Amino acid sequence: MMGILELKGLGKNFGKNVAVNAIDLSIKKGQIRGLIGPNGSGKTTIFNLISGFIQPSRGRVYFQGEDITDLPPHIVAKKGIARTFQLAALYKEITVLENVIMACHLHVRATLWEQFWRNKRTRREESEIEDKALDLLEVMGILEIKNEIAGDLPHGHQAALGIANVLATEPKLIMLDEPVSGMNPIETAQTMERIQKVRDRGITVFLVEHDMKAVTTTCDEITCINFGNKLTEGIPDDVCRHPEVIEAYLGGEINTC
Amino acid sequence: MQNTKRIALGRIIVIAIIVTVAPFTVSEYKADVLTMLLINIILVSSFRLITTTGGWSLAHVPMMGAGAYATALMSTRWGCPFLIALPLASLTAGLVGMVVSYPLSRTKGFSFFVASFAAGEAIRLCWIRFKFPFGGHRGVSNIQPPKLIPGLDFSEAIPYYFLTLAVTILCLMILYRIDRSRLGNTFKVIESQEDLSSSLGINTKKYKMLAFAIGSCFAGTAGVMLAHRLWAIEPHQFGFMTTLYLLVWVVFGGTHTFWGPIIGVVVMTLLGEILNPLMEWIPLVYGVIIILTLHFLPEGLGGLQARTGLRLGNFWKIRITFEK
Repeated sequence: MMGILELKGLGKNFGKNVAVNAIDLSIKKGQIRGLIGPNGSGKTTIFNLISGFIQPSRGRVYFQGEDITDLPPHIVAKKGIARTFQLAALYKEITVLENVIMACHLHVRATLWEQFWRNKRTRREESEIEDKALDLLEVMGILEIKNEIAGDLPHGHQAALGIANVLATEPKLIMLDEPVSGMNPIETAQTMERIQKVRDRGITVFLVEHDMKAVTTTCDEITCINFGNKLTEGIPDDVCRHPEVIEAYLGGEINTC
Repeated sequence: MQNTKRIALGRIIVIAIIVTVAPFTVSEYKADVLTMLLINIILVSSFRLITTTGGWSLAHVPMMGAGAYATALMSTRWGCPFLIALPLASLTAGLVGMVVSYPLSRTKGFSFFVASFAAGEAIRLCWIRFKFPFGGHRGVSNIQPPKLIPGLDFSEAIPYYFLTLAVTILCLMILYRIDRSRLGNTFKVIESQEDLSSSLGINTKKYKMLAFAIGSCFAGTAGVMLAHRLWAIEPHQFGFMTTLYLLVWVVFGGTHTFWGPIIGVVVMTLLGEILNPLMEWIPLVYGVIIILTLHFLPEGLGGLQARTGLRLGNFWKIRITFEK
């Protein structure tokens, strides 16, 4: 069976440096897939390749059976892949609610003229979008802080808002780049719970993370890469016991899992 | 709510009285200075629209020139009446802006700054190089003042002032409306986080081009008003010195708010009139003001309100950075 996202021999060179060699990866619909690997192993590069921010040197990306390799980011988003960035990229200057309202860009049907004149229909659409944004904030459990400026929030809430923002595009697959980095254990647990909630809505999750505990408890399957090559993949317990993973990622110590 | 509405209404009435009475209290020459101020207000407001997407365009004054040249050629060669030349010439400038913005939309930050300068100079050199139809160094002269209402001579300072006032109010209303619409907010979020915006499905290049084209269109409107007042235009009016003044006004006013650049140009113009006896020392004063502004008021005069707690409506804080 074909997965929702398929990478076939995907690779990227930066000059002479091979950032990603030739990755084959298949993500099943509805699962939470983790991507782990030491710093500089090419995890974020893979995300950038899938979402269209950089063009691959070789290989193809298929999403729901469709080749999306050469599409620019905003088209990839339209196809149903949404991603977050490291260190919670948000519109820091505006409020939480305004963030999600602006993130609903793909649902705006009003033409530019209608946005300018703001007739009755456009205003109705704007209030519909606001309702939708409020719904998403409720799902993420941050409804009560909707009027706070996004940049002033603590890490945990910023991460939740980051996920709410990407959910606003109504994606089929979301890619989270280090969703719990820099968080304390309580925030991490909350964020992981939110990610599971996202999956329960039928959205496939693909995440990069350093926090081994968070990854092993949440993910259905894990892929481990090093130096741009895939080391192994499988269920968390197997991956954690894999000698090469222990060697590469944990530096030879076996006490994290 | 009632109270803020009353304050806004009060402000509008005060401003309306000032702009109506002002030209009658000064000499004819000074009335022309006020007309130029109105033209510059259109110029800075349209410039601010482009800055909301994150780019400080150095091609804005040449865009004003594009509008001025368009109306000059239309009215001297085809005898186009003012009311038709005004929208047509503005759209021409918008079109030029759209063409120029296509390569510019691929640049960011500092490279945008430099590339837009090059694009503006290229346009300006075209006017010098192609004697037909642009008239080379001597430009286009004998542009007729508008004939709108019989009995009202628009070649005189005060009627022309009120004509410019009407055009300015119209432009500001449109620009304000864009600023407050979802479209304007989309421009601002692109400035805030470009990568995030494109991963949310926003075609950032398209929106940047759109902002540039709209801004250029209104710069063109300013150019039309300028050309019909000066009766003659030449390429050096739209040179780098004018761009520098534009930047001074905008930096002094701050681009975070809609009103910031307008306040900036008004205060600077009044200051320039007061400092008139200093003659060639005026640019020095401007330089000192800019250094002091950047140091003590990085958000410009518009940011002063926020600092003193007199918040006027909800405005967006937009950082302007040249790095990256």
